[in-house]
Amino acid sequence: MAKTIVQEFTKGLWEEIPPFRLVLGLCPVLAVTKTVANGVGMGVAATFVLVCSNILVSALRNIIPSQVRVPCFIIIIATFVVVVELVMQAVAYPLFLQLGIFIPLIVVNCIILGRAEAFASKNPPVASIADGLGIGVGFTIALGALAGIREAFGAGTISVPFSDTVIQLFGPSFQPFTFMVEAPGAFVCLGLVLAIMNLIGK
Amino acid sequence: MRDIIRMIVVLAVMAACGGALLAGVKSGTAAKIEYQQLKFVKGPAIIEILEGCSNDPLVDRFKVKDGEVERGFYVGVFDGKANTVVFESFGKGFGGDIGVMVGVNIETDELLGMGVTTHAETPGLGSRAKDDPSFRAQFKGLSITEPVKVKPDGGQIDAVSGATITSRGVCQGVTDSSAFYSRLKPQILEQARAFAK
Repeated sequence: MAKTIVQEFTKGLWEEIPPFRLVLGLCPVLAVTKTVANGVGMGVAATFVLVCSNILVSALRNIIPSQVRVPCFIIIIATFVVVVELVMQAVAYPLFLQLGIFIPLIVVNCIILGRAEAFASKNPPVASIADGLGIGVGFTIALGALAGIREAFGAGTISVPFSDTVIQLFGPSFQPFTFMVEAPGAFVCLGLVLAIMNLIGK
Repeated sequence: MRDIIRMIVVLAVMAACGGALLAGVKSGTAAKIEYQQLKFVKGPAIIEILEGCSNDPLVDRFKVKDGEVERGFYVGVFDGKANTVVFESFGKGFGGDIGVMVGVNIETDELLGMGVTTHAETPGLGSRAKDDPSFRAQFKGLSITEPVKVKPDGGQIDAVSGATITSRGVCQGVTDSSAFYSRLKPQILEQARAFAK
């Protein structure tokens, strides 16, 4: 039953990769994966919140009375989300403008509350950090991959995260498949990736 | 009973700690956030007007109290003299208020340029007041002390075709700014001098 720290980390990368295996936190997955830069930015912000909230929840797990644990988790998570929002405004304002309402919405991302409830509140801090990092990195990879597919087909570009560089993939005669960057394209793309992952999993 | 007290204490302490942390982060990032907002919302217009200045106008800025409101001024240094200020004014456009950045040479009261910051005008028509350099170029060299008007109103500005109301709004924004500019001029002159290099 007991897993090593490394296993706690790596399970988030494939076995329990959040949007595809846990099928949690789909709102940002569908909404912000129009470009790779947005997707990865969102993933990093969520990872930061997840790791910090896991540390605190796990450290305070014997102090928090079980009847009020959810309000306590929400206070912790909301605090870190506002920290992310302020820091992002200070250092990456264009990304903040792009992500908009989806930054405050990290509060209600069920991956984070889910990990606090299912893992951090029952495990010591070091394992919780590994769990948070693994799930967070998995979430970031998933967002980046989905955004990569959508952006490549929908706009013919790949935007490099945390810089202004945009790589043109195809020549000037490329006709963008705009369906991919619209909302229905997100559902179709997510479904296809899920199907492929299940196929490989078998 | 003891359980309830414990719950209340834990929740209250956590909320207080969270609040304290946020207050700290907020005050720590406030100056940077203000600068970022300037840079990405008003900044492009300011920098375009003050093209070729030797300082960073987004850093060299000051505020002057005008009755109830505080107005921000951005200083441009040319040839070592802080002789230009840029400030924001608002005109009534077709789709709402148009934010107009006005650059004025404070020695000659001549307009150095004009730029549109925020607007809700029709894309492709009114929005050209922001994007069309030849429309903006007409403002250069005019005097701030005289009213600026579009040609149909007996003025000197060729309106953007298909966007007379927007153009009129921009002109009105520039004209209105002259009122508070002349009212605050003594303070502006005094404050801007500090930025000379």
